[in-house]
Amino acid sequence: MTLPPYATLGQKIWHYTFLVICGLIFFFLIAPILTIIPLSFNAENFFTFTPGMLAFDAEAYSLKHYRDFFTNPDWQQAVSNSVTIAPVATLLSVALGTLAAIGLSQSHVPFRRAIMAIMISPMIVPLIISAAGMYFFYSRIGLQGTYLGVVLAHAALGIPFVIITVTATLVGFDESLTRASANLGAGPVRTFFKVQMPLILPGVISGGLFAFITSFDEVVVVLFVGSAEQKTLPWQMFIGLREQISPTILAVATILVVISIGLLTTVELLRRRSERMRGMTPG
Amino acid sequence: MSDARETAFVEFERVQKSYDGETLVVKDLNLSIAKGEFLTMLGPSGSGKTTCLMMLAGFETATHGEIRLKGREINNIPPHRRGIGMVFQNYALFPHMTVAENLSFPLEVRKVGKSEREERIKRTLGMVQMQDFGGRRPAQLSGGQQQRIALARALVFEPELVLMDEPLGALDKQLRETLQFEITNLAHELGITTVYVTHDQTEALTMSDRVAVFDDGRIQQLAPPDELYERPDNSFVAQFIGENNTLAGQLTQMGDHRCLVKLDDGATIDAVPVNVSKPGERTLVSIRPERVEIDPELGPDAHTLDAEVLEFIYMGDVFRTRLRVAGRDDFIVKTRNRVGQKRLTPGQHVKIGWLPEDCRALNG
Repeated sequence: MTLPPYATLGQKIWHYTFLVICGLIFFFLIAPILTIIPLSFNAENFFTFTPGMLAFDAEAYSLKHYRDFFTNPDWQQAVSNSVTIAPVATLLSVALGTLAAIGLSQSHVPFRRAIMAIMISPMIVPLIISAAGMYFFYSRIGLQGTYLGVVLAHAALGIPFVIITVTATLVGFDESLTRASANLGAGPVRTFFKVQMPLILPGVISGGLFAFITSFDEVVVVLFVGSAEQKTLPWQMFIGLREQISPTILAVATILVVISIGLLTTVELLRRRSERMRGMTPG
Repeated sequence: MSDARETAFVEFERVQKSYDGETLVVKDLNLSIAKGEFLTMLGPSGSGKTTCLMMLAGFETATHGEIRLKGREINNIPPHRRGIGMVFQNYALFPHMTVAENLSFPLEVRKVGKSEREERIKRTLGMVQMQDFGGRRPAQLSGGQQQRIALARALVFEPELVLMDEPLGALDKQLRETLQFEITNLAHELGITTVYVTHDQTEALTMSDRVAVFDDGRIQQLAPPDELYERPDNSFVAQFIGENNTLAGQLTQMGDHRCLVKLDDGATIDAVPVNVSKPGERTLVSIRPERVEIDPELGPDAHTLDAEVLEFIYMGDVFRTRLRVAGRDDFIVKTRNRVGQKRLTPGQHVKIGWLPEDCRALNG
């Protein structure tokens, strides 16, 4: 953003004020995340910067919290739970959410708005309420404290994201493409996989990413629906914070930040590629 | 009639369509199309022409009546089993596939072997003069090129019937004319039956064997282009096809092939009665602008009208003159730009006349 040559003094002042405001907002958002990164290399078992760290003394830094994370069976179980539960829940969310979005985009479906509202309600209802509701419901049908229960609960939380992103992609979807496909002899299934799916893929991928992050980050529902056996990373972090304030949490947090950045970048690159592949912007 | 039924390739019999169960978009459509014919459905938007095409393609179901293809009822056959080629208004090329993949799609569905697929794609791209574009994506092509590919895709699986839904609507005039010519040539060369929908009457006249003029859910007239232009059945067709002057009046005398019409300002003219019958009836008299002569040298008993020149426009090949005639100031006369053709000036008073057979008395 550069100033045009005819900018007045007022506009110039506003221009720089605006940049400062933007900078402050970024700082506010990112600073808390950035401070945990050096802290995770703390040689002491504290959550604070030691004088040695501030003096950049190499002795004050260590990887021992990372070592703890990679060797402690509690953390290792949490990791293995998280990496099994999140992908399965994501797959479920993507499959069901995509189908729901396609169904709800058909003009002949009755009560579309009402159905849509119900489907995305897990995103709007306070999580603690969903979690409590799920707890009572899942206990009744024997899903409480099972992997399946946690997966289903996370899928329910992820579906709204998929519905919303896929619906947004479908808005620009040209209905005549499915007609063309049918006209050329393709049945509904082939049309879905060969024509519709490749074109809405960017929306599906973004939705899937959100669903994955939801499951990966989620602590409230897993506390209710899961038990110690199904503890996920956030669950372990939460318990860890409450019971034994160990900087290992900071090491985990740092690893998660790095993974998140990597994931977002990969998915964004994939999405751009597939958007380029479909060549034209819809509509 | 039974002969026509046997030779009919596509048939609509008493077809009705309603979207809401109350208003009929298509009212009692009867139409039979011969094999190899190029038929155009022409009409203003909302006239039901596109709905008819969609019913034939299978994307809409007829509320009533029967649609037959080669004598077989197709009402209950889903679109993907009809084997009808179609060119869509917005091309509907698959944007995530290359041109060759787009053409390959209907062949893969039909389980055509790889080598034959390649052979056919090459041949079809050659027919539309796009042989070098197989590796491109639709987004890398211009509108005209995309339309050629859409046409190729509709032809590549060798359907006997091809539907086209305003395929040239988005193109500029020059490209449209080139493609009109190419499409008709291809259709005739390949011997395919074509149903073409358009709202552009020039397109309909230049391309078709027969034109069905739609309005208000009905076919107003079904005729070859020349007949449609020269002998319109009713005032809608006269107005819709080409430029047309209308004068309102009352039928005073009725003969076999001639009638007399008393215009609203009192003047009397000869006309050919078309769908009027009784003296006293209101009528709209229709005359084509190029059939009107200014200061005519006609026989002594020919009727002429007084006119005042309002506007004279030089259009190159023709002169277009707007006149006030019988109280109306939208009467247009077109004269060819010949050597010695006189140019009129606004305010000038002239006489106009025409041959009685060029003047048709239609229902009012």
